[in-house]
Amino acid sequence: MPKGIWIFVEQSNGKIRKVSLEILSQGRKIADQTGEPLVAVIAGEGIRDLAGQVAGYGADQVYLLDSPQLAQYTTGSYTSALAKLIQEKEPQAFLLGHTAVAKDLAPRLAQRLGVGLASDAIDIEVDPERFLIFKRPVYTGNAFSFVETTSRPVLATIRAKSFIAAEPDASHQAEVLEATVTIDPADLKVILKEVAILASSRPALTEADIVVSGGRGMKGPENFALLEELADVVGAAVGASRAAVDSGWIDNQFQVGQTGSIVAPTLYIACGISGAIQHLAGMGASKFIVAINKDPEANIFTVADYGIVGDLFEVVPLLTQEFKKLVNG
Amino acid sequence: MNIVVCMKQTFDTEAKIVLNAEGKIDSNGVTLIINPLDEYAIEEALRLKEKFGGEVTILTLGGDQAQAAIRTALAMGADKAILINDPALVEVDEGGAAEILSQAVKTIPYDILLAGVMDTDNGSAQVAVRLAEKIGVPSISSVTKLEVDGDKAVAVRVIDGGTATLEVTLPAVITVVQGINEVRYPSVAGIMKAKKKPLSTIKLSDLGLNVSDLAPHMKVTKFTLPVPRKGGKILPGDAAQATQELARLLREEAKVL
Repeated sequence: MPKGIWIFVEQSNGKIRKVSLEILSQGRKIADQTGEPLVAVIAGEGIRDLAGQVAGYGADQVYLLDSPQLAQYTTGSYTSALAKLIQEKEPQAFLLGHTAVAKDLAPRLAQRLGVGLASDAIDIEVDPERFLIFKRPVYTGNAFSFVETTSRPVLATIRAKSFIAAEPDASHQAEVLEATVTIDPADLKVILKEVAILASSRPALTEADIVVSGGRGMKGPENFALLEELADVVGAAVGASRAAVDSGWIDNQFQVGQTGSIVAPTLYIACGISGAIQHLAGMGASKFIVAINKDPEANIFTVADYGIVGDLFEVVPLLTQEFKKLVNG
Repeated sequence: MNIVVCMKQTFDTEAKIVLNAEGKIDSNGVTLIINPLDEYAIEEALRLKEKFGGEVTILTLGGDQAQAAIRTALAMGADKAILINDPALVEVDEGGAAEILSQAVKTIPYDILLAGVMDTDNGSAQVAVRLAEKIGVPSISSVTKLEVDGDKAVAVRVIDGGTATLEVTLPAVITVVQGINEVRYPSVAGIMKAKKKPLSTIKLSDLGLNVSDLAPHMKVTKFTLPVPRKGGKILPGDAAQATQELARLLREEAKVL
């Protein structure tokens, strides 16, 4: 009996994460291929209005886990509420975007449900007999592993930008269901004291279409202002290599790489970045790569579609001017 | 304070990955290291020991070659180690690893269990959190700052766009990210002392487990290698010319602007 392809629609302060819309859109295709209904699950407080948005992306049903106890994400409250709902409704699959929340939530949920979990998948193949097969990067992105499971629900987290969010269809309706939120007090041992979000008008690194990134060649924290100026002309996010972060020039949250954020924007502009393997693991899936580096032997040039060998302090301001011309027509 | 660090030995992150005749990842000739993120966990454990006294135990699932990684951890200052070394480990998935570790930690006292948030081989970032769920303790993952006071821990966790500060009463599982501390190098004296520190090797049967208890949920059916990305063009001319040409190409050829 079809029990559904379930998608965790992650919201933060009433805004749906872009990756959730991407996996919802792909979920619609999977639902059509498998004959399963597409079901969205939204957790939080005062989230009813988000149901309409989610319907537009093809959900047949939307479960709302609406409770003050879910207003802010904590491992225990979300694991508890979702596990109870999943155990009750028995979906065939439960997919989440691979975000900071899911990286924490999905393993705990998988263990509670007694099922496997395919983490950080970048593709899903639908097989008539084997159901869902996930492609995952392993060994710093130097190989891909294909995994599947016979346990149900199939649990997986999907990397941002693996799929494309469809154009929403405002006329598409979904059945909206208020799910009972049951949270086991034993799951409330960790107390959230404070959340500090760095306010920024720039897009999130993993969601941006364009990323302007700086490395050791930036020589100091104040020089990132040059990259910010370039980024702001085209609405880009700012990123950094580990070298720049370790030097204390820019905060950890801007790090792109194996142990930082993994990004796949349409355009990645690497300024003063040598292109170490661990950095490439973080941006190698970018559609187009531009490299600006003084050193013609820098490894980054082996993967850049377009390269400029030159002093970034000269090149970046000139590029900013050129981009301004493009943007302003 | 009893501190347990779950440590994994992994491929050097610079290693060239090839597939062997069976289509599996070839480990021949690959340099093995302590999983980089577990190094931060070991360092954090040593700092807690320095502050509160007590013992740091390294817990590892691995083969004979894992002993080298364990000795390095002992050389850094850990006190003892348990290596679970069993041929059945090859087929174990993340749930299985958590099951094995949960049986192993039953044999040792622990106030806090530390691990790197993920390993650079499989990269699934699951085992430590699964372990916490299995043994019924709270977990906080991706921790960038940890403060312990008595039996309370305050952890700052990395979230999308910022940080969250959380408080928990120990015992708990804490997974750490790069930058939580600066990892020390083992001293020569440390390396000498490490040789004498207890490293016990046990099998699954010693934990009351057999292979059928650990049937994996996740099945890896194949590995493939990525198509290497090729370099494109280096734009000629001075900075003014090159940037002009770049802008043109991004608009007309790449069509991204």
